[in-house]
Amino acid sequence: MRRVLSILVENEPGVLSRVAGLFSGRGFNIESLNVAPTLEEGVSHMTVTTYGDEQIIEQIIKQLRKLVIVIKVVDFIEHVHVEREMMLVKVNAEETKREEILRIVDIFRCKVVDVSINEFTIEATGTYDKLQAILNLLSRFGIKEVARTGTVALKRAMQLD
Amino acid sequence: MEEMTGAAILMECLKREGVDVVFGYPGGAVLDLYHEMRNHPELHHVLVRHEQGAAHAADGYARASGKVGCCIATSGPGATNTVTGIATAFADSIPLVVITGQVHTHLIGNDAFQEVDIVGITRPCTKHNYLLKDLTQLPRIIREAFHLARSGRPGPVLIDFPKDLMTRKTKLVWPEEVRMRTYNPTYRPNLNQLRRVADLVCKAESPVVIAGGGVISSDASQVLRYFVSTYQIPVTCTLMGLGAISTLDPLYIGMLGMHGTYTANKAVSNADLILAIGCRFDDRVTGRLDKFGKKAKIVHIDIDPTSIRKNVEVDVPVVGHIYPAIQELNEILATKLANDPIDFKEKHQSWLDVMYGWKKAHPLYYRTPGEALRPQQVLEAVRYILNDEYIITTEVGQNQMWAAQFLAFKEPRTLITSGGLGTMGYGLPAAIGAQIAFPDKTVIDVAGDASIQMNIQELMTAVANKLPVKILILNNQYMGMVRQWQEFFYEKNYAHTSMEMQPDFVKLAEAYGAEGYRIKTNEDLKTVLPKALTSKNCAVIDVVVEREENVYPMVPAGASLDDMLLV
Repeated sequence: MRRVLSILVENEPGVLSRVAGLFSGRGFNIESLNVAPTLEEGVSHMTVTTYGDEQIIEQIIKQLRKLVIVIKVVDFIEHVHVEREMMLVKVNAEETKREEILRIVDIFRCKVVDVSINEFTIEATGTYDKLQAILNLLSRFGIKEVARTGTVALKRAMQLD
Repeated sequence: MEEMTGAAILMECLKREGVDVVFGYPGGAVLDLYHEMRNHPELHHVLVRHEQGAAHAADGYARASGKVGCCIATSGPGATNTVTGIATAFADSIPLVVITGQVHTHLIGNDAFQEVDIVGITRPCTKHNYLLKDLTQLPRIIREAFHLARSGRPGPVLIDFPKDLMTRKTKLVWPEEVRMRTYNPTYRPNLNQLRRVADLVCKAESPVVIAGGGVISSDASQVLRYFVSTYQIPVTCTLMGLGAISTLDPLYIGMLGMHGTYTANKAVSNADLILAIGCRFDDRVTGRLDKFGKKAKIVHIDIDPTSIRKNVEVDVPVVGHIYPAIQELNEILATKLANDPIDFKEKHQSWLDVMYGWKKAHPLYYRTPGEALRPQQVLEAVRYILNDEYIITTEVGQNQMWAAQFLAFKEPRTLITSGGLGTMGYGLPAAIGAQIAFPDKTVIDVAGDASIQMNIQELMTAVANKLPVKILILNNQYMGMVRQWQEFFYEKNYAHTSMEMQPDFVKLAEAYGAEGYRIKTNEDLKTVLPKALTSKNCAVIDVVVEREENVYPMVPAGASLDDMLLV
């Protein structure tokens, strides 16, 4: 089962390798991993998307909490939350296909951020599933390159009881 | 306040942390630390002959004394040589602080001479590690390192110390307390969980305690002994838990696991309540997981949340330090039973009788056909000669298992063995560390002829430091345990496990300045062994034993615990 974990860590050298090393060393899966500073000095925020059964996820969370540089781990399955990922897709866009691609861009509220004679580069934001759907639709035109940020997430301000 | 060099600050901080002995080996990147030692004569430095020996000796010292072990190695190969020792301590949760030299700060990352990224290398086998970048942070880092090493689930911590910072000067600002927002192990267990445990203890008809290394490391042996004797619960120990209760106690049913006793393995397979205390359900202990403890409710008490539900599903998890956990449990039970007492002796009598029957039907056993000595009888002779008063270290393999099975351990910290990692070459340096912690006790490294050669150079350390360590080689001219597996599971194809080509260990001992003894017969056990074991000097005792003796019982890897091969 896919899970999104939010990890607050001390922002110091080697932190990324401690977290990534934990996953690789123990055979846990990482689907995506995103790191960036927070507003608090010296603290970084990692969002890890992983998958595994309940017992594995429990181990991942416990093992993360055991790392000395980890301040806090939140499992988003326990909270109502917002989840987003950004993606850049370079897709073949010959004259005849442009209209249709632009319609898809419009429907999914994407943006074209670069244009050349034969190509569009499209910026898309959304949940993992939405981005997969966009890729599915664009695939028949011929996707040349994809770059994705990986999922980031935040708890919603209003939590349901 | 006067400014001090980094080297002087390190020495001063080590002393403040209560370090009185360090094991080490000098080299380019730690020259300044060694230079500074002349100003700190009260810090006893033990010069080893290989950095792996330094880490194992510090580890043996820690296990014997309960204090944090400390060792020093130079950068590059010195640092990498400690890695096996660090991984050994990590696997067995032993508090260790390892200080390695590092190349000059400005050279780090340049592939400088004797540079390795030891922080990167040891990341997965330390509890935590540090690369010192700012000298003013050194006292904080040392405090944190010792705090991390000894608290919670103990473990090794490494501090990598660049050479240029050893001579740079700053003021020593000693943090009075350690403040780490990210590290706060659960010490006191949840009382509601303990009440559930107490209920189960009162209800159980056929309970068993599995005592692991956590009982030893948290010095909870006394409270555990009180608990099991009051509630009449039989106890099995894991290899790391041996000595948690006296192995001579009538409630003790032997070691658990692959080479555990028939009684212990049967008991765990048939119990209706398993109280697993300070153990982590290693595969060598559980055997086939889906058959483990199927008839039992399982209670698991451990300070490390990751140990719980890692391998075995448990009914009542309790996270906390073993000492307060058992103490609180004793109190809860005492209160609970005050008005409504249960006669546990009577209640568990039939279960204890079953134990007794198993013990009688399938005791630890070996045959003695022919002339050759059996390793088991050699160990029984050791018990007899020393009246069970000793500290035992072991190498790894058959020697280790026979030591665990056939020696008695009356007190905790009397068996020092590499359980988790299974490090051959551990026993001799660990014995050196234990002997330094307890100069007056008889310390014996129960060794095999293969293992002992892995760190044989430490004989020189023992002799040079006048440490009367005894090395008892059960010499079967094989890597015995590997050969046993080849016999059972690899068509008796003894591929490269023969050690027939080996040094004359008596002459070797003498070459190092130790005493050498050879034992071949029953008569020698009576005449030579007592003399060797009570010698005031370091002695190597080469005991020629039956070549193809096996360790029994044996649960084949992947089989369920009650599926044992017996003698």
